[in-house]
Amino acid sequence: MVQRRNQNSLFYGVDRLLVLIYVLLVIMGWLNIYAAVYDEEHQSIIDTSQKYGKQLLWIFSAAIIAFSILLIDANFYTAFAYGFYAVFITANVLVIFLGKEIKGSKSWFRFGDFGLQPAEFMKFATNLALAKFLSNQNISITHRIGFKLKQIIKYYRNTFWALCIIVAPLVIIILLQNETGLAIVFLAFIIVLYREGLNVGFIIFGIMVTILFVLSLAFSQIYGLLIVLAAMAASVLLFVKRTRANVIAVVAVYLLAASVVLGTNYAYNHLEAHQKVRIDVLLGRGEVNMKKEGYNVNQAMIAIGSGGFSGKGYLQGTQTKYDFVPEQDTDFIFCTVGEEWGFVGSTVVIFLELLLILRLITLAERQRSDFSRIYGYGVSAILFFHVAVNIGMTIGLMPVIGIPLPFFSYGGSSLWSFTILLFIFIKLDANRLLVLR
Amino acid sequence: MSNNASLSGRKYFIGGFFVLVAFIYVLRLFYIQVINDKYKLDAQNNAFRYQTEYPMRGYIYDRNGKILVYNEPSYDLLVIPREAKGCDTLSLCETLQITKEEYLKRMKKASQAPNSPRKQSVFEKQMSAETFAALQEKMYRFKGFFVQKRAVRKYPKPVAAHLLGYVSEVSKAKTEKDPYYKEGDYIGMSGIERSYEDALRGKKGVQIAITDVHNKIIGKYMDGKYDTMAIQGKPLYCTIDRDLQEYGEKLMQGKKGALVAIEPSTGEILCIISAPTYDPNLLVGGKERARNFSRLYADTNSPLFNRALQAMYPPGSTFKLIDALIGQNDGVIKRSTSFPCAQGYPPMGGKPKCHPHAPVDLVGSVAQSCNSYYSYVFREIVDQKKYPTFVEGYNHWRNTVMTFGPGTHLGTDLPYDKPGNVPSVPYYNKVFGKNGWRSNTIVSLGIGQAELLLVPLQMANVVATIANRGFYYIPHCVKGVGTEKTIDKKFTEKKYVAVQNQEAYTNVIDGMQMCFDAGTAYYSRVPGVVACGKTGTAENPHGKSHAVFMAFAPRENPKIVIACLIENAGFGGVWSAPIVSLMIEKYITGKVTRPELEKRMMEVDLIRGKNLITTEYH
Repeated sequence: MVQRRNQNSLFYGVDRLLVLIYVLLVIMGWLNIYAAVYDEEHQSIIDTSQKYGKQLLWIFSAAIIAFSILLIDANFYTAFAYGFYAVFITANVLVIFLGKEIKGSKSWFRFGDFGLQPAEFMKFATNLALAKFLSNQNISITHRIGFKLKQIIKYYRNTFWALCIIVAPLVIIILLQNETGLAIVFLAFIIVLYREGLNVGFIIFGIMVTILFVLSLAFSQIYGLLIVLAAMAASVLLFVKRTRANVIAVVAVYLLAASVVLGTNYAYNHLEAHQKVRIDVLLGRGEVNMKKEGYNVNQAMIAIGSGGFSGKGYLQGTQTKYDFVPEQDTDFIFCTVGEEWGFVGSTVVIFLELLLILRLITLAERQRSDFSRIYGYGVSAILFFHVAVNIGMTIGLMPVIGIPLPFFSYGGSSLWSFTILLFIFIKLDANRLLVLR
Repeated sequence: MSNNASLSGRKYFIGGFFVLVAFIYVLRLFYIQVINDKYKLDAQNNAFRYQTEYPMRGYIYDRNGKILVYNEPSYDLLVIPREAKGCDTLSLCETLQITKEEYLKRMKKASQAPNSPRKQSVFEKQMSAETFAALQEKMYRFKGFFVQKRAVRKYPKPVAAHLLGYVSEVSKAKTEKDPYYKEGDYIGMSGIERSYEDALRGKKGVQIAITDVHNKIIGKYMDGKYDTMAIQGKPLYCTIDRDLQEYGEKLMQGKKGALVAIEPSTGEILCIISAPTYDPNLLVGGKERARNFSRLYADTNSPLFNRALQAMYPPGSTFKLIDALIGQNDGVIKRSTSFPCAQGYPPMGGKPKCHPHAPVDLVGSVAQSCNSYYSYVFREIVDQKKYPTFVEGYNHWRNTVMTFGPGTHLGTDLPYDKPGNVPSVPYYNKVFGKNGWRSNTIVSLGIGQAELLLVPLQMANVVATIANRGFYYIPHCVKGVGTEKTIDKKFTEKKYVAVQNQEAYTNVIDGMQMCFDAGTAYYSRVPGVVACGKTGTAENPHGKSHAVFMAFAPRENPKIVIACLIENAGFGGVWSAPIVSLMIEKYITGKVTRPELEKRMMEVDLIRGKNLITTEYH
């Protein structure tokens, strides 16, 4: 009897650690938003003219959303996975026509003082659709590598469709809404594909391309780089047997590498000025004006660096208080943590986010149904990408890309989106004994 | 499932990767937060202050290098309200001589939108040097307050107010449109200050200072690495002759009207006067400026109104010069042509009226300013046989007139100039109906009346064109910007008018010379200078006619052209001609030999109707 009642409880099977970390992060996030916006004139915490007041409303509504998700039958999410995907793809297209332009991109629906960004909700929808697709028993993306056209089509058809599910929202959000930051988040799903069997060759290939990409950006002399690569190719030929096949392979690899280098250089030269500058800032390339272009990152690092080992104390940060750091309540919220809570606080935040992400992997692995596992990995990958890029940019390890720190940054859309993303998985995990697809 | 089992090993790679990235980040944080001192600041209780360093506006010089405008330092008191807690309010109020209520009112204003308690706002504008000195000693007691050095405009001679324009605080709309301007910045609002704002304003600098809890600056942020210096505005070299301008303003005092003098060989404006004028020093400074401005604004004689550019007057008889030129150019009249005059234009029953004079040829018609003559000339031009209808003839006349400037913006470098008016065919069709008008309906255009309107600058430009015999340079008042003295290319290009018949010019100029020698300006002959002129008496619906006079001198290689209009002063020969004559004498010979005339002109007060001599004839 006791067992029965427990099973019917809303919280039956809910992973307490995940919920605990979630609650901790949200509370810490709010405290830091309060500090970032802090102002002696507005001290009431529920003043909705201030961002921390609004954030309280967002937090309460997120809690309601979380409960609602737990109430709904887990089968609902598998059944409507493609439905969600279609709805949000449509919303993301519609926002271009109905949305309000803010800072050069049309990606917001406005409702009075509050705004919603459909691109944020695309994340969980894409994750559902991808999980639905990959959990189909007839579909697998694990394959041998083949080189004949027929084989390629046969082996990689499913991989291709999976990639389409990921890339479609990315393209819509970049091209139509001009929100590069929000869009490239979808690249995180590559991690899910890897877990689901994507050939390591792709990953290695991707890493190599990335290295070449960074190298060709870091060296202003790209022709020098091409010569070095040619020398490397030649030396490889010195050590291997110079059969016809080997020579062709080495030359082909070299040509591929060269085209990546030249392509990167071409793309860089055709980037918009502000995007170019962000890359320059990161790589310390050329003459970066620290007062202007390098300002954000430099100020962010000064704020974090000035926090020292244990921080200046809550509400005592001068860098963030005096508006040196831009977007300090949203994308640069980590600066407030770094300045006021120091190395200790920063590490705690990183640790909590990492714990959440690792816990997600662990839970994903214990799922019976492929759908739940894949979805869990998706959540984990998305969160990881946000944390890595967001914190990375404030400490000068990543280019400045405007994406929020999960559960921490100010903003209703992102908090709702991350809450939905996470709690759908918590619900799936609570029902892990069922087989969902 | 079997598939999954073989792949589940990958979770270690994924997890390991996540941990590795987190580890790198923690190391990096340890480096920038604990090991490296580069990002450290002694931050406890420190605050930063952006101090804008305002550039000096560029100086303005006249054509001979005399200063027209320079700067004087002034001091603004700024406040950051949220830092002003615990300030010695009483002492501050005492020093500034304001009440406690006023203090609270200003603090409230500084805290509310669009200001913010955490941003600096101006508390007291343009303090005097004494107030500043008194304040400076006690600054340590005024937490949250600090002083910012500014500069205000100063005018060594109180002349050329309309030309120079004034500087005042930038409007909110402008700050929203142009990111260079922040609230409280100054911007040129009119005159040269406006049209050469970009050159004059210079570039603002900013200094980031670190202050301690006692509101004391303790150092520069990052050793001034991010500071920028203010760059002074460029100097302007005007075409104005300050002495001539001053002399002209003295002659024009007590009158309403305008006087414009141009050097015809360059198009450079030598002086440009709108009367009544005001002392430009009145529109400088904080409180006084506002008070003076509203006083000037309310003055029924509109001293703020720049008549030289914006008042559109009928040119009256001076316009006959253009008719004479067009008539000869079209071949409808020549030097010997004469027309009947019966103290009026006979075909229209003696209207327009004329004054009694001996029969005249072309030269005489200019000198004697015969109304009947130019009624004939106008109709001959408009009703020429070569045009199928008189409407086309009228358009020909209108287009030719407009090449002299009337009805167009000349493109001068002063802001807000009016185009004047040469009525169009559609306009008359509207007034009289499509077939309801003929050349005789509008004959008074020929003598510069009816709807024909020019601004004084355009009148001067017409004389300049005649003095140059067929071309003009766009009148302008700045010779060079900055030490390299650049100038817009358009001011060095000759503009040719539609009449290029040199004989026509000679005949008209002969008439203009005779105007001084034996015509309507006989009593205003310029001693020792061969001058050419034309009187005008512009009838207008606002009362007594405006006195118009335009002239150039000397006849050969003209150095100066002048157009002068005095409102409601009656006949042009009585008031405008003597003033122009004195101006020419002063400019060409450097001295004035007629002190009595000079005295009479300077002392007369036409605005209040004293000492008004009028002669009612045309």
